[in-house]
This record gives sequence, structure tokens and C-alpha cells, in this order.
Amino acid sequence: MPATPPQSHEDAQREFALTLSGFSATDKPEYEDYSRCVHCGLCSNNCPTYRLWGREADSPRGRIRQMALVDQGRLEIGDTFVTHIDRCLNCRNCESVCPSGVEYGKILELARAQIEQKYKRPFTSRVLRDFIYRRLLPYPKRIAAAARTLRFYQRWGLASLARNTGILRLLGLQDRESLLPKIDSNFFFSELGKTFPAQGRQRARVAFFAGCVAQVTFSELNRATIRVLQANGCEVVVTAEQVCCGALAAHAGVRDVARNLARANFSAFHADDFDAIITNAAGCGSTLKEYSQLFTENEADLESACKFSAKVRDISEFLADLGLVAPLRPLPMRVTYQDSCHLVHGQKIREAPRKLIRAVPSVELVEMALSDLCCGSAGVYNVMEPKAALDLLSDKMHHAQQTKAQAILTANPGCILQLRAGAAIHKTGQEVLHVIELLDRALIKS
Amino acid sequence: MDSHAINDLKKLLGADAVLHRPEELLLYEYDGSVEVARPNCVVFPRHTKEVVGIVQIANRYQIPMIGRGAGTGLSGGALARQGGVLVVFSRMNRILEIDVENQCAVVQPGVVNADLSVAVAQTGLHFAPDPSSQKASTIGGNVSENSGGPHTLAYGVTTNHVHSLEAVLPTGELVRLGSPALDSPGYDLPGLFVGSEGTLALVTEITVKLTRLPETVKTLLAIFDTVDDATETVVDITARGITPAACEMLDGWTIRAVEAYVHAGFPVDCAAVLLLEVDGLREAAEQHAEEVADVCRLHHAREVRVARDARERDLLWKGRKNAFGAVGRLSPTYYVQDGVIPRTKLPQTLRRINEIGEKYGFEIGNIFHAGDGNLHPIILFDAREEKQFQRAVASADEIIGFCIEMGGSITGEHGVGMEKDRLMPLLFTEDDMNLMRRVRDAYNPVGLLNPGKIFPDTKGCGEIHVRPLPVAGASRA
Ligand SMILES: Cc1cc2nc3c(=O)[nH]c(=O)nc-3n(C[C@H](O)[C@H](O)[C@H](O)COP(=O)(O)OP(=O)(O)OC[C@H]3O[C@@H](n4cnc5c(N)ncnc54)[C@H](O)[C@@H]3O)c2cc1C
Ligand code: SF4
Ligand code: SF4
Repeated sequence: MPATPPQSHEDAQREFALTLSGFSATDKPEYEDYSRCVHCGLCSNNCPTYRLWGREADSPRGRIRQMALVDQGRLEIGDTFVTHIDRCLNCRNCESVCPSGVEYGKILELARAQIEQKYKRPFTSRVLRDFIYRRLLPYPKRIAAAARTLRFYQRWGLASLARNTGILRLLGLQDRESLLPKIDSNFFFSELGKTFPAQGRQRARVAFFAGCVAQVTFSELNRATIRVLQANGCEVVVTAEQVCCGALAAHAGVRDVARNLARANFSAFHADDFDAIITNAAGCGSTLKEYSQLFTENEADLESACKFSAKVRDISEFLADLGLVAPLRPLPMRVTYQDSCHLVHGQKIREAPRKLIRAVPSVELVEMALSDLCCGSAGVYNVMEPKAALDLLSDKMHHAQQTKAQAILTANPGCILQLRAGAAIHKTGQEVLHVIELLDRALIKS
Repeated sequence: MDSHAINDLKKLLGADAVLHRPEELLLYEYDGSVEVARPNCVVFPRHTKEVVGIVQIANRYQIPMIGRGAGTGLSGGALARQGGVLVVFSRMNRILEIDVENQCAVVQPGVVNADLSVAVAQTGLHFAPDPSSQKASTIGGNVSENSGGPHTLAYGVTTNHVHSLEAVLPTGELVRLGSPALDSPGYDLPGLFVGSEGTLALVTEITVKLTRLPETVKTLLAIFDTVDDATETVVDITARGITPAACEMLDGWTIRAVEAYVHAGFPVDCAAVLLLEVDGLREAAEQHAEEVADVCRLHHAREVRVARDARERDLLWKGRKNAFGAVGRLSPTYYVQDGVIPRTKLPQTLRRINEIGEKYGFEIGNIFHAGDGNLHPIILFDAREEKQFQRAVASADEIIGFCIEMGGSITGEHGVGMEKDRLMPLLFTEDDMNLMRRVRDAYNPVGLLNPGKIFPDTKGCGEIHVRPLPVAGASRA
């Protein structure tokens, strides 16, 4: 096939390496990216899974090495590789500490894309993943339908029935009722297509990204976000045709689905018409900001991706920059803040949420130890790897409790669910709120 | 390795604490250095008793054993050069006792250096040894390598902060070395074991000294247009009898790499910066800071900045502590050398390193603990080219050769390990080394513990060992 032999020693080596590689040609971790890891090991103690098990294979350095080994043909994409790559939380704490600038999140998603292409998972896992990533999340109507069913069970106390009839067992959720979100009575889908005017002088015009599952479980948070934006002089447009951001699919290596969702969002949001596209979910935000990673350089989509991502702002990032103007009433309470991984490590936003919290009169912010270590939520991790997720959660609740805070604040719906479950399991009696919910509570409403 | 041995280990530790499949072992063939050597088996003890059991099994089957902390070592110390069982201390990571009144703590060896300081921060104490790897490296590793850091200049190295040790000798005997007081009667055995690079015993518990945080810390950044001005400043500061708590130098090339990562406001067009710190009681610290700044200006510092608050100080240090890694942004593979020279010889040594870089065609950055003459030249090369790798080693050897010529040494803090054993004869006679071997043999008679380290194994000179090409993504750090 190749007509011309390699032209230099270097080319020859490269070609040799390529023939041996266990990766397929597309959507794979690239040498230029993973070789930035100089295996110094400085990241290991910041990695939640390394802290749990102390094993190199479950450390960032070890995971990157396993990718390199596959690329060199020294390790196959088999059970071992898949186990350790699956167990990664994709919390990206390693990225924050890595002095060499390894873009771990990017190469992890590509490694998972290779697993999708090259590894056959056991039957139930295949069915479950196919259902979640390909058949459910991309379709708002199906999310609504599933949510209505679940709500029916929750309303009528039939959760145990569901468990016994095996529905929850199929989803691997039999012991996880505490983690199941409470389904809202009033879905957010009804707000799609609406525009909410700014209060007072208009300072910005923004589009609101409403999320997928959040529309059936966090409708109130979404409404609170819009209220806070309005009160601070923003006109808020809830774009009609928007779909799931594709973060969960991208994290799982299901890149074709993620790409299609991204494209749908490019056309749903006319980025030029807005000062910003706002999300209140850190997990969505980091994917929305990194859409360009889904498209290789020559694809026309890359341009749309860059244009779109340039406008994406996390709600706390946006408000902290814009400055709060709405008057706030004092809320005498002691709170602590749990950094959402995809805000602090994914988007490198540490100060903005704290600034907003401090802006509320009489709120006392007490930092907990290791606030930027993952709580174990990590997208669907708490469903896929329940034991590890609960171990991380119990450490987290311990640190949160030591602050004697009445409320734990955070910046992502997934974290809220996990921390609420934690507060219930460990009976800490702490309330769990999104930073924006705190601001909303403090708004002086007419 | 004997499958009976593996079964015995599993029986002792549980299956979850024993790794032996090839794909698992592949992840223990490296550490922070570029050396490569694979163990036959990896075990994770949780308490001292289990360590004793492991050593007994290793003796029964006559297999080598090697301790490992976080694997950040830079000389291949934690690699199984002759195969065997790698004893990883990552799960022995509990702080057993903190005694604020007596300013000490008892820790298991797998406790991460920075975690101890965080745990006692509320009490105004800290664990003073501060290797740049402190947020990952273990106290067991620090003890074995006698690690130092930027603050070594004023606070000393690890050995100055260890009261006593509990250790398992390679024969399986459990011993306690030293006493709770820092100066104990009799031989200074902790002093012998600290820095022995894991060749005398497996350390299972460490009683460390905690140090009060200074009342005031002043951090200064002095910016120079020539390297010579910076190095002469260092010589002058010490000549005046001022001992800064830290005195670090980065050359212009390294600063540009670091600045791209930390955005600490390092000037990217200068030739060198000195990062200086003085601490102590408020008045003394302030006065010293001024004196230091004056000396810098005397040697034509373009600018002297003083960190205004803790945040600015942390930012400056972040740049220094992440300097090696930041270099990874410029080149996938680099080789950090570790040499020592008398600090009065700094100017000519730096000039010589520059020439060596030109001769071999490599970019060489320089970061070092200037206060104690400990150099870390960083040589950038491309590991995919075998010849480059050999040339990088050759240029590094030439640098080390020059350090010795200047009256210095082959390693300041990264240890000899399996990286520099072949250089030992440059510094020591065969008689000197035999004396040290006799000490090793007293504790490690059969050589089962960490064999093939520190001393060149074949007697006489001229041993050539050809190392395998590092795998892609590997570095010689
Ligand atoms: C980016 C970077 C910066 C660094 N900066 C510095 C620095 O400023 N100063 C400095 O001194 N070093 C530095 N180092 C080197 C290294 O971090 C230190 O040597 C550190 O002390 C090693 O600790 P570790 O836990 O990683 O030990 P490992 O690398 O796992 O092991 C080191 C040695 O200790 C032995 N060992 C470990 N635990 C035990 C035990 N419990 N019992 C017996 N033997 C044991 C091993 O056998 C091995 O010989 C740096 C390394 C990196 C990657
Ligand atoms: S800190 Fe970065 S370079 Fe170092 S081992 Fe981790 S990922 Fe690799
Ligand atoms: S993303 Fe999180 S869990 Fe995964 S390797 Fe990095 S630090 Fe560890």
C-alpha cells in the first residue's frame, strides 16, 4: 500500500511504532499528547483512585503509561486496560497539578473511544451503555418519558416494587435509591423557546443552556439561575432546539453521538447573537468549552465549535466577571464549598464561586480540607463504580462535617445529587445547594 | 518467580495486595528517572507485621526485595534491577501520632510529605524537608534518599528531622533505631540508615521532628541581565554571613518555560533570576531582606521584587517547584542532572555547562539550589532517537566530570541508585567503596535488599552497561 518508503530515520521509527500500535487510526491518544507525561509522579497523590488503592495502574501516570504501552503494541486493549481506564473518574485533578501540561481529560476520552472501537463489553454492560448514551440522553422526549415513569414510582412509593421487578437491577441501581434524583413535578422543557427580560438596565443578553437530565430533576435550579441572571440585568433566552451537551457520551468514548449533539447545538444557538451562553452545570460547561476537541482540524465543524465555545461561560464565572448588582438580603449561615471537578480542574475556575458566596451578607464561608478532591459523583461513575464512589463520598462527608457548616455549596447538579446522598447516608443534616440557589435565596424579591 | 512464593505472599497479604501478571508488572518498571527494570511481583503491606512476613518469604525463596514509596525517585532507586518482589508502601500511609507539645509525629513510611504538613498546619508546625516533589513523594522515600529542598539551606536535609526509625532488616529482624531525643547516645544509626537508598532495611515507621513555622517570611525575586551577575550575588550574600532560608536560581531559558505554565510574572527576557527567602522574627527578617536586596542591586540586579502576601509568595514558589515538569512542555524527554560544586565555583561551572550544551547541540536549562551549590542542569533531547539519548548521557557525564574537577560531587540529593553507580569510582577509590560495602554487608549480608544499587557491581572500572531505549513518553528526569 504505502508507495514511498519512509524518508528518514525518524519516519521509519514512527512507522514502525504505528504498525505495532494497538490503537486504530482515528480517535486515539496521540503521541504528541501523551508523551508530554514525563512520569514524574507529581500527580499521584492528587488522584482520588490512587489515594483509595495506592496502585500505579489507577494513577494518572499509570493510566497514561498504559495508553503509551497500547500504542507501542506492548499491551492489549483487554480486561486489565479497560478496568483501569473505566475506573478513572475523569475528575482531571491530575491536570491541575501536572507541571508538564498533560491534557489528561482529552487523552482519556480518546482512550475510551478506542475501547468503544476495539473491546467487547459483557452483555449487560453493553445494553446499559447503549441505552444510556445512544437511546436515552440524546432525545429530550425520551428523557421526559423515562422521568414520568420514574416519577410515577416515586409518587406512589413503588420504588421497592421497581426494585423487586428488576427494573432497577437491570440499571444496576438496586442499592442506589438514595442516589436517584427526585423527579420534578414541573419539567423545565416547558420553558424552552422563552425569553426572560432583564430587570432594570439591561447589561447583557445571554442564552441559557438547560441541560438534559437536569430539565427533569433540576428544573428549580434552572429557574433560579434565570432569576438571578434577570435580577442582575441580563436578558435570558432559553434557546428552543437545544439538546444534551454530549459530555456523558464524550467521557464514555461514544464520540459519534457527542459530535452529533454538538452539531445540533451549533445550529440551536446562534453564538453571534449573544454575549454569552450560560450553563449552571460544570460538567456540561467543560465539554461545551472543549467542543473543538471532538473535531479534527480539517472538518468544517471545527470553526463552528470554536465560535460556540468562545461564548460559553459557567454561571459563576459569568456573574463574578459581570459583577452583582441585585441587592441581597443577609442570610446568617455557615457554609462550605465543594469544588466541582469540572469547574476547578476542567475549567480552572476556583475563585469565582467563592467570590459569589462571600457576596451574600452574613454568610460565613469555611473551607473544608481537600475541597477540590472529587466527591465520587463524576457523571455516571457512582452508578458504574458504586463502591469507589461511596468510599470517596464518605471521606468527603467527613471533611464537610468538620467545618460544622450548615450547608454544602457546589457548582454542578451531579455533585449535588451525590452530596445529598452523602448527607443522608452519613446523617450529617447538612443542606446541599448550588451556589446560584444561595444567591437566589438572598435575592430581595418584589 | 517461584509460584509457591507468590502463593505464600497471597496467603499473607490477601490476593488484592499481590500483583504478578505481566501487564501489572509493566507499571512498576519505571519511576521518575528513565531507568527501566521490572519486578517479578509487587506487594502492598499495610502494617509492620506484614513487612516482616514479606521479608521472611523473600528469604525463604531467596528473592531480592526492593522498597518503593511514590516512585518519584530520580535515580532508579525503587526499581527491581535484578527482579524480585517490590514492596510498595502506598497503603502504609497513616499518621500514627502527632505530639504538638514535643513537636514530633510518628508516621508510616507511605505518608506523603505534604500531607503531614497539611495535617499539622493548624498547630503552626510543619515538616521542614521540602523536596520539590513534596506533594507526591513519601516520607519513607525522603528518608531513604535523605531528600532536601530549597529550604535545606537553613533547615537542613531529612536526616536533621528524623528522631528514630522502626525498620525491618533484610534478615527479617525488626529493629528500632535512635531514641525520641534528637541526640541519642551510642552510634548514630538513624543517621546511617537515612540516605542509604533502601539498601540497609525496609523502613516501617518514622518519628519525625516538626518545626515551628517562622513568624515572618520574606520572599524576594531578583532579576538579572547576565548569569554571572546572579551567581556572583550568591557568592557575595553568603560571604557576608547572611544565611537565607532559601536561595534558588533559574536561568533565562528555564524561566521562559516556567512562566508559560504558572504565569507568576517572571520576566521572560532576563538571563537569570534568584529566588531568595529570609525568615525569622519580624524585625530580623525585614532587616535581612533589605540587606539581601542591597547585595542584589550591587551586582546590577535589574529589579528586586518582594512578594507582598502569601499568594504572591506561593506563586513564586509554584514556579520553582514545578520547574522540571514545566520543561516537559518544551520537549517530551529531558534529563535532569544532579551535581554539586563549591558555590564559589558557580560562575565558571555555568559557563562550562553552556559550552557543553553547544558542543553536543542540546539546549540545557539550569535550575539550582544556588545557596548550597547543588546544580540541576536539564538537558532536552528526543528519546525516539537512540543516538540522541546516548549523547545526552555523554554530555551529562561531562558536566558531572566538571563538577568533580571543581571539587564537587556526583549527586546532591537525587541519590546514586542505579543511575550513577558507574560514576562512583570517579569520586571514591576501590578501598573507600569497599569500606562502604562492608557497612552494607553488616545489615544486608546476602545482598537480598535492593541489589545492584549505589556501588558498581563488577569490581574495577570500565563497566559498560547499555541501557534500553526509553519507551516513548519516557523521560530521563
Ligand atoms: C519533579 C521532581 C522533583 C524532585 N525534587 C527533589 C528535590 O527537590 N529534592 C530531592 O531530594 N529530591 C527530589 N526529587 C526526587 C524524589 O522525589 C525524592 O528522592 C523522594 O524522596 C523520593 O520519594 P518516593 O516516595 O517517590 O520514593 P521512591 O522513588 O519510591 O524510592 C526512592 C528510594 O527509597 C527507597 N524506599 C522508599 N520507601 C522505602 C521504605 N519505606 N523503606 C526502605 N526503602 C524505601 C526505594 O527503594 C528507593 O531506593 C524530585 C523528583 C521529581 C520527580
Ligand atoms: S504530573 Fe504530569 S507529567 Fe508528571 S506523571 Fe503526572 S501526568 Fe505525567
Ligand atoms: S482524572 Fe481524576 S481519577 Fe482520573 S487519573 Fe486524573 S486524577 Fe485520577
